[in-house]
Amino acid sequence: MEVAFYIAAAVAIISTILMLTGLNVVHALLYLIVSLLAIAVVFYAIGAPFVAALEVIIYAGAIMVLFVFVVMMLNLGEHAISMEKAWLTPGIWIGPTILAGLLLVEVAYLVARGGGAHMGAGIVAPKQVGIVLFGPYVIGVELASMLLLAGLVGAYHLGVRTTPRSEVRNARDTHTRWAAPRRDPVLPGTDRPARTP
Amino acid sequence: MELLWLIVAIPMASALVLAALGSRCSRRAVTAWGVGSIGVSAVITLLVAADFVISPPAGHAYTEFLWTWISVADFQPRIGLYLDALSLVMILVVTFVGFWIHLYSAEFMMHDEGYSRFFAYMNLFVASMLTLLLADNLLLLYLGWEGVGLCSYLLIGFWYRDPANGLAARKAFIVTRVGDTAMLLGLFLLFTGLGTMQIQDLMHRASEQWAVGSTLAVAAALLLLGGAVGKSAQLPLQVWLPDAMAGPTPTSALIHAATMVTAGVYLVARTHVLFTLAPPAQLTVAAVGSATLLLAGCSALTQHDIKRVLAYSTVSQIGYMFLALGVGAWSAAIFHFVTHAFFKALLFLGAGVIIEALHDEHSIFRMGGLRKELPVAFWTFLIAGCSLAGLPFITAGFYSKDLIIWGAWSAEQGHPGFWIVGMIGVLLTSLYTFRLIFRVFFGPILTPVSKRSGYAMTVPLVVLAIFAVVGGVVKEPLLAFVQSTLPAMVEANAGMTEAFSEVVAAFAFLSGLYFAYLFHLQKRSLAEDAVANPAGRGLHAWWYADWGFDWLYDKVFVQPFLWVARINKNDFIDAFYTGIARLTEVLYRALQLTQTGLVRWYAAGIALGSVLFLAMAVFS
Amino acid sequence: MFMLMSLEVMLNAAGLAFVLAGARWQQADGQIAFLFILAMAAAEVSIGLALVLQLYHHFNSLDADVLSGMKG
Repeated sequence: MEVAFYIAAAVAIISTILMLTGLNVVHALLYLIVSLLAIAVVFYAIGAPFVAALEVIIYAGAIMVLFVFVVMMLNLGEHAISMEKAWLTPGIWIGPTILAGLLLVEVAYLVARGGGAHMGAGIVAPKQVGIVLFGPYVIGVELASMLLLAGLVGAYHLGVRTTPRSEVRNARDTHTRWAAPRRDPVLPGTDRPARTP
Repeated sequence: MELLWLIVAIPMASALVLAALGSRCSRRAVTAWGVGSIGVSAVITLLVAADFVISPPAGHAYTEFLWTWISVADFQPRIGLYLDALSLVMILVVTFVGFWIHLYSAEFMMHDEGYSRFFAYMNLFVASMLTLLLADNLLLLYLGWEGVGLCSYLLIGFWYRDPANGLAARKAFIVTRVGDTAMLLGLFLLFTGLGTMQIQDLMHRASEQWAVGSTLAVAAALLLLGGAVGKSAQLPLQVWLPDAMAGPTPTSALIHAATMVTAGVYLVARTHVLFTLAPPAQLTVAAVGSATLLLAGCSALTQHDIKRVLAYSTVSQIGYMFLALGVGAWSAAIFHFVTHAFFKALLFLGAGVIIEALHDEHSIFRMGGLRKELPVAFWTFLIAGCSLAGLPFITAGFYSKDLIIWGAWSAEQGHPGFWIVGMIGVLLTSLYTFRLIFRVFFGPILTPVSKRSGYAMTVPLVVLAIFAVVGGVVKEPLLAFVQSTLPAMVEANAGMTEAFSEVVAAFAFLSGLYFAYLFHLQKRSLAEDAVANPAGRGLHAWWYADWGFDWLYDKVFVQPFLWVARINKNDFIDAFYTGIARLTEVLYRALQLTQTGLVRWYAAGIALGSVLFLAMAVFS
Repeated sequence: MFMLMSLEVMLNAAGLAFVLAGARWQQADGQIAFLFILAMAAAEVSIGLALVLQLYHHFNSLDADVLSGMKG
């Protein structure tokens, strides 16, 4: 069991890194799916078979598929690949890397402090999860369903394209006559105009 | 006698009514109120005077307590009126002359749009002056003092649409303010030193507690003198009076000739005990008086605006009164005040008639030959001028002025030097007075007469002229009457009899008359030559500019003040507050930089925040 | 686009942490938490992708820096 865990963990980390540094969106998505599957194996290894199944079905199976559909629909070409290359300069990834490194240090510290425990000491069966779900956490279930409803309505509304022209105009033009006139800021207490930013 | 408070209250009430409702009433109603109130006040004053003379109250003083003004621990000044011989004489003059001047101004200001405003101010002035004269404590006196200062400002700048008038009014107010501040310091000193504001108590305590010549007494007396000098336009604060002629002529007659400018004389006379306790201060009074009378007399010789000649003449005559007070001839000063009020008011009213008649012409060098055109004005002006210069034996002015000059030699603090100055003053007075008369009334007509005055303007002239002549008769009774409050003049220095002094004065008068005749009537070219000569021109210019005092004050006080104001225009104190606003703006700009509108930026912000938060949670 | 994918990774990582904690103490709560995170991720992905589509249609580019109308 432990071996499976370590192998799956390594696969997850490597595929995530490959996803981040990838230039083609579709390739990156596939790497992401691999990463998610590896995480599912990890879940199974530590004795949570229910969420392992859930991860595969919902996360890798539905959400990522949605991603793939949208990317295919966008029909990005060579131009997108060259743009990604332009954005992957050291000047851009040095900051987040430093921040992530700091977080890693913090997590390592916490883990080292936490004290060891045996993996796979026991399996938390789906039955147990179900009992707890419809017991104390039933309100969470209801809320989750409302959240999904909200997501559904929002996605529908945002996908509607009835008058794209006026929306484009709304988004781009704030200088038209019928827009509210912009008042230049003045220095407080005077009526001298402030420096233009 | 109980009607004393009405004397003050009636003009005050009239002023308030006119101020509130005057613009809505007809000219007639305003005249009735304005002139009538002073008339009623004058009648009541006569009644009170009769009562006082016939059955004088105990101690020759009557006090009427109205109410307590302030009541704080030991400090309880009250509103009270004090009537004794000195204040009685003064309120008689103020109400009587005031009434005739109000009557005159009813016609003079008839066509002015600020008619009711004028009478409101004039009545307020009379009320304040009466308060000043009748006050029984120094604080109430100061109230009246400030009141007359305010009314003077309002009336000088009466025709406010011309900024020059406003400037003159401000100048008067600021210069008298300097004096008022000195007086206020004197009041503080007196109160902290002696513990009371009641004038009579003050005088008693001062004579008990302070030795003659002690520094406190001298300081207090000098400070009060400062106030008197400011209000009475003596050296060094005389600069405001000539410019105050920008106001209407009745104002000049009432305020700047007969009443307000004599408030200083009244103050010194009222607190004479304090001055006798401080001989250096009294000497200063005499010195100020004599210097002023010479200075103003010389300046009057060069002026060509008829009212400015009379203004400088006023300054000079009050110098005589101060001289009298300074040498210890208290009652002589009051006598001269009485006669001066009559003839100076008359001179101003006559000048007003002339100015009106010649359609607002002020320069005497453009007048001439009005003797036949304006006979009433001529004869009354002539009488007043003779009284001013001191025509022997007939006119009141002769007696009063001569009493002062004689006292300048022979009184306690007198000195022959003062006598000589007084005599030179007589010469100068005669010279400028007759210069004025000869230029205005004799010679060829240079400006034709366009308007003659009605009865309301000529009757007061006649009445005042009668008094200017007859006044000499009341000399002995008046002096005896005032003796009850002011000590009589003690003849300390021998060497000069009154008769001899009178003869010298008459001689000075006649020589002044002769020179004026020579230079301004017979051979006018002599006057032009005297001025054309470079030395003469320089002297003329210097005396014309009031001996350079205006220039001096401008250089020493006004310019530095304006310079400081200019430097501080950016207001370094205000910079603190604008600095706060600026700082806020700077911070705003700085924070604005974080609002880039980019999603990546915000995400990075979240990441950074979470790292920090975790670090805090983990490592603390 | 990569931003949304990275977001998925983050959510997944958080869920992993929850499940591990639940397995450590042998309680079902960790898995329950993962379930909720999963539901939330689903909703968020659908809306996010709709927004991405809108972005692409309006600005013809997927660069997030284009969306700087809130600047200042």
